[in-house]
Parts: sequence; structure tokens; C-alpha cells
Amino acid sequence: MAHSEADVLAGLAELVNEETGIAADLVQPEKSFTDDLDIDSISMMTIVVNAEDKFDVKIPDEEVTNLVTVKDAVDFIIGAQG
Amino acid sequence: MTEIKVSKPQKYSKIYSLGAARGSVRVTNDEIAGPIDSSDEWIRQRTGIITRTRANEEETLVSLAVAAGQEAIEKSGVSPEQIDLVIVSTISFPFATPASAPLIATELGIPSAAAYDISAACAGYCYGIAQTDSMIRSGLSKYALVIGAEKLSDFINPADRTISFLLGDGAGAAVVGPSDTPGISKSVWGSDGSQWDKVGMTNSILDFKAGGEWPTLVQEGRTVFRWAVWEMVKAAKEALEEAGITVDQLSALVTHQANMRIVDEFAKQLELPESVVVAKDIETTGNTSAASIPLAMHRLLSEKKVESGGLALQIGFGAGLAYAAQVVVLP
Repeated sequence: MAHSEADVLAGLAELVNEETGIAADLVQPEKSFTDDLDIDSISMMTIVVNAEDKFDVKIPDEEVTNLVTVKDAVDFIIGAQG
Repeated sequence: MTEIKVSKPQKYSKIYSLGAARGSVRVTNDEIAGPIDSSDEWIRQRTGIITRTRANEEETLVSLAVAAGQEAIEKSGVSPEQIDLVIVSTISFPFATPASAPLIATELGIPSAAAYDISAACAGYCYGIAQTDSMIRSGLSKYALVIGAEKLSDFINPADRTISFLLGDGAGAAVVGPSDTPGISKSVWGSDGSQWDKVGMTNSILDFKAGGEWPTLVQEGRTVFRWAVWEMVKAAKEALEEAGITVDQLSALVTHQANMRIVDEFAKQLELPESVVVAKDIETTGNTSAASIPLAMHRLLSEKKVESGGLALQIGFGAGLAYAAQVVVLP
């Protein structure tokens, strides 16, 4: 079942919170994972793998560097849904 | 037709003893933070490393391996003359040939053992245990010495932010021999050459000969992290299945000491109960590739965090990408 944009944002925020402890309401579309949320590459990879499971999508390693903002990740997941 | 004789198989093998040697220089994060524009806090947070042990000017890969081998032999109750097989796993011996193993065997007073090096990077010690287990049970060898030995500080670039700052020098050794009871489970091992370029040397010695840079170690951290945790947890579960045990029957988990974040996430994904001790030698030793598993297990035993006779899942993974896992009875 395809997830809506709001579902994906809320789900991602939950994953970010689980991995880093950052409050879910701070995970807004315009935020940069590294510059604003201070998420390092290992935490980012953990979030990516958990997002793959949660949304049933594949996020290739080479794509992860392009996911600069939360919106980038939401858009990628929406586009990758079957 | 005349039938030829073959080796007489043994039922089981086990690890008799371990030995350890670390580089004698303790290198702090502050000492290496400058060239990577970093800090003690940044390195601790991202890797869990507080110090890494590196060799001084006199210490060599061979001297570290001999020190570790000597301790393992002394503790084993097996004399050097009885050892008929020496396998050294290393990626940092600076001669493509001859191998380091015959030299190390001779310095240990082992007179005429079959001796050779293997190159399976951070999986190398577990590859060595897989080989000796098989050779002892087949009857080809009776007593074997497996050593993981690295002097990685010869192959680092101080300005590299991917792996160099994690690396340490050391050697860990195990004497393996026959047993009346099972001591080493069937190894689960493999490789994925499609990811050959994800961790390894920057270039070859031929590139260096042609005027290129001295080869140093480098990795694609994200890809390696994903593989090292989520793919390797599958291999670990397979190794538990092959051993016929469940995770709650383990005394210890001894993964390759790549990065504390990998160790922690690995333990989390494996859903280890609190009763299982997780080896975290990386905190003060750093990542010593082939040496890291025997060093970490040796520390758990010498600090009495685990008892002899308990079960440990050991799993090595790294360049190749190569991996090997087995359940062993702690010596």
C-alpha cells in the first residue's frame, strides 16, 4: 500500500527519533540531515535501512548522498513506492 | 588395485589457548585529530575509540606475531615441536613472498610445520580457524597455530577520514588441536567480489612503482556499514543455526572490532540478551583487522568477563568483501 507524503514524513521523523533521540517535531521537510539535525553518516545509514523496511522501498547506497534534506528523503521514498 | 593410506580423522577440534600482543604506543584521538580536521569528541562519538595501539619503531608484524604466538603456545600445554601447521592471516606483511608464517614459526621454535599466510583481511582469523578446524578433523594436522597479525600503521594516510584514524597494530594467536567434544562449529563463510572496491588499498604497488602514491587503506563507510551490520547479522544467525544453538546460549559475541557503532548495532540487530557479553576491545586497541577477534576474545578472558568453556560467536568481515563466522568453545 502506498504511503502518503504526510505518512512518510511522520514515519521518517519516528525513525530519526529512535536512532538519534531528536524530537520528531523537529524533523521538518526543509531540515538538512547533517547541517540542521546533526545526523552522522552511520546514523543516516541506520535510518535508511529502517526506512527501507518501514516503507518497503530500496534506497541504494549511491542515492543516500543525494538525500540532503528531509524533503529529499520523503520525495525519494514516495517515488520509489511500487 | 593397491589401496593407499589416508590421514586418520579426528572427531572434533577446539581452541586450546589464546595469545595477544598490541603495539606498545597508545595513540590518543587528540594526536591524530589534526590532519582530519576533527576532535577527540567527534572520533569518540562516531567510532567509540578512545585510543588505538600502534607499533613503535622496533616492533614489526613478525615481532608482534611471535609475542602473541609465544603466549598461546605457553598456555596451550602443546610444545612448539608438536605444532605441524602455522597459518598467519595478514594484509600488512610488506613482502608478497616469502610469507611471514615460516619466519614466525622458526622464531617460535616450531621446526618444520607447514606454514603459510592467508589474505582475507578482517575475516582472516576466522578463515584461519575454519581451515585449522577442517585440517585437524581430517587428520592432516594435529596441532595448529593460527595468528592474525597486522601492522596497519605502515599503510595509513593521516589525512584520510574514512578508515586510517580507526586503525591499530597488534597480533592475536590461537593454538588449535584435537578434542573429545565439539569445540568449533561448522564455519559459515563467503565473499562478495562485486564490492571488491569498497574497502582496501588506494592503489597497487605497481602504481607506486610507476610514481603513484604509497598504497594506503580507504573505505566507503556507508556501504561497508550497511553490509557489516545487516548482511553480517544474517551470517551470524546462520552460524548459530549451524552450531545448533540459540543466541541466549552464548556467553559472548566477538565481532571484528571495526567500529563501536557497528559492534553496537550488530548486537542490537542480533537481539542479544543482556547475559551475552559483547567484546569491545576497539575502545582502546582500535581496529587491527585480522588481529581484532583474538585480541578481543583474549581481553574478555583475561579480564574474567567470560569463563572458559562458555560459547562465543566470532565473526570477521571486511575487505573482499569477505566474511567468516563460527561458534567456538572459549579456551
